[in-house]
Amino acid sequence: MHDYSLIWLIPFFPLVGFIVNGLLGKKIGNEKVIGAIGTLAIAASFVVSCKMFFQLLGDVEKTHEVILFSWMSVGQLQIDWGFLLDPLSALMIMVVTGVGSLIHLYSNGYMHGEEGFYRYFAYLNLFCFSMLMLVLGNNALVMFVGWEGVGLCSYLLIGYYFEKKSAGDAAKKAFVVNRVGDFGFLIGLFTLFWALGEHGVWTFQFTKIAENAHLLPAGGVVVTVATLCFFLGATGKSAQIPLYTWLPDAMEGPTPVSALIHAATMVTAGVYMIGRMNGLFSMAPDTMMVIAIVGAATAIFAASIGLAQNDIKRVLAYSTVSQLGYMFLAMGVGAFSAGIFHLMTHAFFKACLFLGSGSVIHAMHHAYHKAHLHDDPQDMRNMGGLAKKMPITFITFFISTLAISGIPGLSGFFSKDEILWWAFSSTRGGWILWLIGFIAAGMTAFYMFRLVFMTFFGKQKTDARAKDHVHESPLVITIPLMVLGLLALVGGWVGIPAALGGANRFEHFLAPVFEHAQETYGIHSQHSLHAFEFPLMGCSIGIALVGIFLAWIMYVKNPELPGRLVARFRWLHTAIFNKWFVDELYDGLFVNATKRLGRYFWKGFDVPVIDGIVNGVGWLVQGSSRVLRFIQNGQIHSYAMTMVLGMVVIVAVYVFK
Amino acid sequence: MENLVQLAMQNVNFAAIMPSLVLCCFGMAILLINVFMPRGKTTSASLISIIALLVTAVVSLQGWNNPQFGFAGHVALDNFATFFNMTFLLAAGLTILMSDDYLRREGYPIGEYYPLILFSTAGAMWMASGTDLMTIFLGLEVLSISLYILAGMFRHQLQSNEAGLKYFLLGAFSTGFLLYGIALLYGVAGTTNVADIGLYLSAHPAMIGNPMTVAGMLLMSIGFLFKIAAAPFHMWTPDVYQGAPTPVTAFMSAGPKAAAFAALMRIFILGLAGLQSEWTSLLWGLAILTMIIGNVTAIYQTNLKRMLAYSSIAHAGYALVGLVAANAVGVSGILFYMLAYTFMNLGAFAVLVLAGKKGEENLTLEGFSGFGFKRPFLGVAMTIFLLSLMGIPPTAGFAGKFYIFAGAIKSGYIWLAIIGVLNSAVSLYYYLRVIVYMYFKDPQEDYSWVSMHTGAVVSIVIAIVGVLYLGIIPGKIMEMAKLAIF
Amino acid sequence: MLDSYLPIIVLIVIALAFAVGTIVMSHLIGHRKPSAVKLAPYECGMPLVGSARERLSIKFYIIAMLFIVFDIEAVFLYPWAVVFKRLGMFGFAEMGVFIFILLVGYVYVWKKGALEWE
Repeated sequence: MHDYSLIWLIPFFPLVGFIVNGLLGKKIGNEKVIGAIGTLAIAASFVVSCKMFFQLLGDVEKTHEVILFSWMSVGQLQIDWGFLLDPLSALMIMVVTGVGSLIHLYSNGYMHGEEGFYRYFAYLNLFCFSMLMLVLGNNALVMFVGWEGVGLCSYLLIGYYFEKKSAGDAAKKAFVVNRVGDFGFLIGLFTLFWALGEHGVWTFQFTKIAENAHLLPAGGVVVTVATLCFFLGATGKSAQIPLYTWLPDAMEGPTPVSALIHAATMVTAGVYMIGRMNGLFSMAPDTMMVIAIVGAATAIFAASIGLAQNDIKRVLAYSTVSQLGYMFLAMGVGAFSAGIFHLMTHAFFKACLFLGSGSVIHAMHHAYHKAHLHDDPQDMRNMGGLAKKMPITFITFFISTLAISGIPGLSGFFSKDEILWWAFSSTRGGWILWLIGFIAAGMTAFYMFRLVFMTFFGKQKTDARAKDHVHESPLVITIPLMVLGLLALVGGWVGIPAALGGANRFEHFLAPVFEHAQETYGIHSQHSLHAFEFPLMGCSIGIALVGIFLAWIMYVKNPELPGRLVARFRWLHTAIFNKWFVDELYDGLFVNATKRLGRYFWKGFDVPVIDGIVNGVGWLVQGSSRVLRFIQNGQIHSYAMTMVLGMVVIVAVYVFK
Repeated sequence: MENLVQLAMQNVNFAAIMPSLVLCCFGMAILLINVFMPRGKTTSASLISIIALLVTAVVSLQGWNNPQFGFAGHVALDNFATFFNMTFLLAAGLTILMSDDYLRREGYPIGEYYPLILFSTAGAMWMASGTDLMTIFLGLEVLSISLYILAGMFRHQLQSNEAGLKYFLLGAFSTGFLLYGIALLYGVAGTTNVADIGLYLSAHPAMIGNPMTVAGMLLMSIGFLFKIAAAPFHMWTPDVYQGAPTPVTAFMSAGPKAAAFAALMRIFILGLAGLQSEWTSLLWGLAILTMIIGNVTAIYQTNLKRMLAYSSIAHAGYALVGLVAANAVGVSGILFYMLAYTFMNLGAFAVLVLAGKKGEENLTLEGFSGFGFKRPFLGVAMTIFLLSLMGIPPTAGFAGKFYIFAGAIKSGYIWLAIIGVLNSAVSLYYYLRVIVYMYFKDPQEDYSWVSMHTGAVVSIVIAIVGVLYLGIIPGKIMEMAKLAIF
Repeated sequence: MLDSYLPIIVLIVIALAFAVGTIVMSHLIGHRKPSAVKLAPYECGMPLVGSARERLSIKFYIIAMLFIVFDIEAVFLYPWAVVFKRLGMFGFAEMGVFIFILLVGYVYVWKKGALEWE
């Protein structure tokens, strides 16, 4: 029998870090002390997490609940401050504390000299605390505490540079959009609570929900509505269509924040939530289909937008949205463990990419600062040739790019391929879903290599005055990069599929969480399709290579090509019959059309439609507010009149009822 | 005549009215002490008031699980009354703590202020422990008249005058409705005793559908709904809250509201249980209307006192949801919510008290730019209170809303709960805007005039502790609230 | 039933007839010689000085209010006095408390200077 009672220490350490830095940070003042407190707090919970994780590995019993104390009780309904440790949450705490520790370490270097250094670390610790509550909570309300907490911290950190107007706006946008999702989450929770209550089970506890889910009719309206509402909550937090718009803007926050919150952890909360309630979601095939379609659509949609961006962080942001789409695709086709697998590998390589871009931005910023220039340090068109200047950043970045592009042997390959395989072969999948994911994979390879080529290869396009000031970042920044780069390289080896001779230990580890629902509702990959497994794998490797090749042609071999293509587009109609141009023309048409589509989606759809809807709702509320304010005119007789009218109306209602 | 005399003699039980007696005696004593003190020396009055409230709390707690009845069924000091008494005393205590330095700053160091707060608290206690419509009415009047004076206390400020006058006129107007309703119910049942009305109605089911009964119920509720600030009887709230001295506003938003809820609950649940389907449909509609009007109008406000006034309307709407549910969870949820609201709202007002300049022209959104960084403690405190008002866990506001909405869902009012949640989502917008201004705007000023007066700081600390305690471990208080309902 | 109201109606008719009749008659047969003094609103009072819409000192109102408050006290004393014997010592004590509360008010008012005219 193993003892898990110390699990509360995991969220406790960051909380202490938050309190100490938040209250005393200003008095301490010394950056080294503040940074050490913040980093040690999360590192300590990483150590505890490791202990719990390995203890669970060796344990026969895989689900443990630790109740701290009672929170609220209403009749038979008992809500506790309690933790749930099972393979899923064990994995999540490893990712959160592990990646979190590295990013805290990195922040010590990156945020050096920023005003409000203590504030930054306090928020970051608070974020880790909330995120750990979210993944460890044994009932939906504790999860909701974390859910709201991470939203708040994300808001505070996006708006960290509050003196910039855009940062404040981005923070607000993130919060408002997230509220739409949270509202869905709450409605889903209420519906579920009420529906189970009808059967005499009043509970928010995940284990009890899973036990009693069978009381509700599978595929029925109630389950479908509840899960759809939960999914709406997930789209908000995890930036899926139609609520993804806040994530690219969220890049206004400091880069380590983008890495931790807007790539590795918080945005995956939606995926985690679906995984946590997989039993319920499995009962609603309609919802699953919606999830799969939205996931696939987001994957390709965001990838296409990523093709047209020049801001290094913006490319990564759209890439994150797209990769989250893959995860939802996996959840939607019932490949729960594949989705979580991709969540983990994505945390590794995307955190590495963001931190790498942070390292580049840091160096560029530094150089511009030295040269007294005010160029945009995030614009890739001003970079180029940085590979020699920043070798460690380059190598780790390159490894992660290979991983995200799906090059065999690296972590991203295994997870993405498993998702694509399930999308194709699952009883809840279909070849169209696979095709969309497949095309998006090609785009991913293209835009990621475009980024790498523009940034690290070719000639250095930085202003001559700043050129020589670009240096590799200090160790405190490069160590996290190296660790994450290594993880991006080997992190996928725990889940090598059986088809490649691996044991897929990852899936077996998570099986206790997902197996039951998958078996009960007949979710599995169809045997009749197994012959396709290798060919499909080949295809996805192929399209990744094609994407890389195209990027190489356009940005390394022929750097002036993109510009020429754009110029040539004007006399497209005369060249179209010219055989000599066929290859280039074909590429140009394809790439450029996609680019234009991307730009259209970005400028043409995003801005007027989504913002229009958001503003429209706001206008409605504000308009009625204005009318109500008009009635409130300060005249006492009109107040009395309102009272009388109100009374008359009420009496009339009773009379005519 | 003879019978009345006998009745009055038989049921004398001072234990049942001891809390308000103690409070009134202290009130009178302070009144006299003030007269013999030099003008402007009010600190001793405020200290004695605090002692008075503590003594009253101890006296009142004697009634917990030891119900006292007396005076021919007019008064009961039961668990219900005791729980509410604690809420009133808390509200009064926090108010008095934040008042002393405030009154001096605004140039009105008036000694009568404290006895008036004590008297209105005593009135609130009568409303909660009154078991006869007349006792409840008496309590309401004592409560209101003291508040009319308090609202208009800043004699040379037009806004304060306006607040006092408006509150008085409209209050008198609503009292008319209330009395008319009481008269009609008396006409139906031949008694003003709440329990007897209930007995009469259950013995004569035919009278339940009688228009006179329904009209009596409706008119009487208007009197209380006015005090609760439920729409459409809420119009006075913004003007009065904005004009009245800030601590008075703080007290008004918590004490009288809770008292009116207490009276409404006792009358509806004990006396008019037979009309439940009537009053639930009434309150159902009004709850929705109140939540929507409160939240939507609050969006446009830039003056923080006014914004909190509208927010107080919205919170009345949330609490009404619990009464619509009319089950154990919902009703005890109201008791809990009133206590939670007292903590969070008085805390927020205490921050406003400290942040204001003389005249309080600066209590606007703009006036709070960068406040959070310049005044970290007050900024954090305000953030906690606002989060609680929003209903974000783990704060008292969340637990309160949770109980109330859980009650509504249990009674099958799932749509009401959904509308409630939607409204809280809207409310985030305006609460959050304050946080945005405090933390995301460049400070225009250095807020050097803010001095941390002991009294107000103590009340803020108490409020923070309360908000977090009720949010993290609400179980114990909720158990007590459950013991307190009928 | 209505018969019993007949005398009242008769009385009203007679009263009306007398009042109206007197005015009409004096108007018809009266001898009129108007002069400035005769046409003044108060023919036999003080000569008119200034407007009637003058502000009165707030002190009048304060005194008036205090008068009402303490006057009401007497109203309570009457019924109490009627059943005084049956109420016994308890009733005496109760009224003592009541008077004491008023006394507190009186002291307050006195010390506040509300009774002083200047």
